Amino acid sequence: MKRFIAFIALALVAAMATACAPAPTATPAPAPVPAPATATRAPAAPVAPTAVPATPTATARSGGELVFAVSDPPPRTYDAHQETTFALLHPASPHYSTLLRFDADNFPKIVGDVAESWTVSSDGLTYTFKIRPGIKFHDGSVLTSKDVLATYEKIIFASAGVASARKSAYAVVDKIEAPDDATMVFRLKYASASMLTNLASPWNYIYKADLLAKDPRYYEKNIMGTGPFRFVEYVAGSHWVGKKFEGYFVTGRPYLDGYKAVIITDTAARAAAIRGGQAMIEFRGFNPEATDTLVKALGDKVTVQKSPWTCNLTVTLNTEKKPFDDVRVRRALSLAIDRYEANRVLSKISLMGPVGGVLRPGAEFSATEAELTKLIGFSKDIDASRKEALRLLKEAGVPDGFAFTLTNRNIPEPYEPTGIFVIDQWRKVGLNVKQNAAPTYLNDLRAGNFEAGIDFACDHADEPDLQLLKFISVDKSSTNYARYKDPILDDLYNKQSRATDPKERAKFIRDFEKRVLDEQAYQFHILWWQRIIPHLTQVRGWKITPNHYINQDLRDIWLAASQ
Amino acid sequence: MQKYILTRLLLMIPTLLGVAILIFLLLRVIPGDIVELRYAGTSSYVPQETIDQERALLGLNKPLWEQFWNWIAGILRFDFGTSMWTGRAITYEVAIRLELSLQLAMMATLIAVILSIPLGTLAALKQDTWVDYAIRIFSIAGLAMPSFWLGILMILALLILFQWLPPILFTSLWVDPVKNLSQMILPALAVGYRYSAVATRMTRSTMLEVMREDYMRTARAKGVRERFVVMRHGLQNAILPVVTVIGLEFAFLLGGLVVTEQVFNLNGIGQLFVQAVTRRDYTLTQGLVLLVSFVFIFVNFVIDLLYSFLDPRIRYQ
Repeated sequence: MKRFIAFIALALVAAMATACAPAPTATPAPAPVPAPATATRAPAAPVAPTAVPATPTATARSGGELVFAVSDPPPRTYDAHQETTFALLHPASPHYSTLLRFDADNFPKIVGDVAESWTVSSDGLTYTFKIRPGIKFHDGSVLTSKDVLATYEKIIFASAGVASARKSAYAVVDKIEAPDDATMVFRLKYASASMLTNLASPWNYIYKADLLAKDPRYYEKNIMGTGPFRFVEYVAGSHWVGKKFEGYFVTGRPYLDGYKAVIITDTAARAAAIRGGQAMIEFRGFNPEATDTLVKALGDKVTVQKSPWTCNLTVTLNTEKKPFDDVRVRRALSLAIDRYEANRVLSKISLMGPVGGVLRPGAEFSATEAELTKLIGFSKDIDASRKEALRLLKEAGVPDGFAFTLTNRNIPEPYEPTGIFVIDQWRKVGLNVKQNAAPTYLNDLRAGNFEAGIDFACDHADEPDLQLLKFISVDKSSTNYARYKDPILDDLYNKQSRATDPKERAKFIRDFEKRVLDEQAYQFHILWWQRIIPHLTQVRGWKITPNHYINQDLRDIWLAASQ
Repeated sequence: MQKYILTRLLLMIPTLLGVAILIFLLLRVIPGDIVELRYAGTSSYVPQETIDQERALLGLNKPLWEQFWNWIAGILRFDFGTSMWTGRAITYEVAIRLELSLQLAMMATLIAVILSIPLGTLAALKQDTWVDYAIRIFSIAGLAMPSFWLGILMILALLILFQWLPPILFTSLWVDPVKNLSQMILPALAVGYRYSAVATRMTRSTMLEVMREDYMRTARAKGVRERFVVMRHGLQNAILPVVTVIGLEFAFLLGGLVVTEQVFNLNGIGQLFVQAVTRRDYTLTQGLVLLVSFVFIFVNFVIDLLYSFLDPRIRYQ
């Protein structure tokens, strides 16, 4: 008996000793060869409209490590061309450059990143980019237009077995060429108003052609870019580390010696980490309540930056199910919601922000207040709207209302409070609505297994091509969960997309907006989001933008002496 | 005894196979899959072609029986597969978190044992005195307070009183013991306190029962010292159910501290479990369920063997 007990004890000790042995380190990329320490001076005075990004602030100082929180671990691959979550962009963007980028200080102005300058042919069909000379990858090799070509071939003409999440956004591109090491040419099938915005996409990291040629999936598990920071390690579920790249092509940048992205999934724990000085910033955002708590606790040690957000929540109605196939019912549902009350109530407790139409309020091409309030459901006279809603319900044969289920995402912020608000609004016109916030949310929406649903959209820019795509016919848009076909909307979408005259484009967008939100009310917006970033005042040089995808390369951030 | 142990070890195989079949089917009953979730993030223009391609890559387009067979065949070769979400080996995903989870479970168990056995025994010996009442209040408070809530209170207290927070990144005990313990002690206390409350009440009640046994009276009548009566005749006989509770709680702690891990930002097995389930990461969820099932079965087995060590009357044939 004793022998057996001794055996069991030994087995337990052995098992625990094995488990307690130092954990293996993460699977970092093959160690990049350090680049020569000489920085390449950014070319002087590039041809308009490009500019060498931001000049150093007089008080900026070098050194230190930025520690920031990320609310989710990175996804399956490190390849931003196929991923769709900010949880990759936040830790990985500092390793990469893009062809163009948004100028955070003058958003939405687009400036060159590896592109030194560019020209667009008079017919709008040819975009020619000059690549900055002397840009180096972290292994010391020089970036040429061949690398940009290989990158965009991967994105636009993805080879078999390699996913490209944004391939359809470049359907306008006919072919791409690199006639010499410093020139990159995009030839389009037709003129496109969104081409530059798409080329400034933060997802389009420039990869190295040689590595892609050897293995098209190389970037799924490895990092090798030309960004301001080299990759050091990623410890799964814990943290991601980057170190200053001395060979970065913008002189004097980055200021930081390095950064650490710490994964903290719990919202309260993220706020506590900032409050306790363990993290300096979190780039996605906190709600107003959490922000107020931080400000109250830290006083002037915390700075708050706010911005509207290019994200929104909409109500989508399954037009294949009765009574939502009746436009009168759909319009009544939109009319019953007081968006201005929603803004007043929800913006205090959640990420929900301003009232807007198909484009973010304040963005180019967005509706003015006068234009917006003319659309059904957006009037400020809610009593008149609800009276009209009741009339339409009566006319549709449901004078006493009806019962249905609102399918919602099972994520508290901002979905749940918004769902509750909308249900309460509908009750005021006699509708009896239950909420179903299930993990099968997305599948239900995709499969048409719902009556009404809360839908969402987030984009990297205020670009009608991106924001209107969801509303065109179901056979042309995989995210049109309302499941209708509307050739008029499809036609308007194409016209606005190809209109190179802003006035003409604005007119098509207004017509599109009126048809989708007012005349048909297939899907309608509740509110747009607000982005609130409270960060330690010590963090300088970072400016908030209307989305959490861009301005994440950290090159302009510096740390003031701690207070 | 050898035959008994061998039989018990062999019986683990059908049990684990049953668990494997159940979890494999349950995961696939839920509509939707990891690929949909992955591309549901934010961008709204992922073509169906990309989604189909990714499904094929992960083997989700194959018949269910083939997916199951591939998984089981892998396990037989000690290849537990790769996580569908991270693309890394499941053994790697578990290994980097097991040290933390195991250390937390061991520390919490140690705290629970140190608190519960003396307190439970003392409460039984001093039944219905102020000592007993105080210990009962202490243990009921532990039962009433979820460990994550106690953890939040601890964090808030530290932030408000000292503007200090424990480190948020795990450092191995072997690398920097001070840093490691400064991170681990608070969650271990929060979890250990609740854990001790269960064991304290169990120790008290079984001790009270044992104290009334004839052999206790006999020992005292023979003139055996009270300390020896309590420790040798009382506690040793009362400890069996307590060992069961402690063992099962230990197994639970390895994968069940989800909220506590979130509150203290611990990169442990519990958080990995939740992430795997919410992302429909079939392979990782299956691997973790098998791991936790194995731990439960193995701990039960060890407890059964301990019975015969603690109580020589128990013999297994």
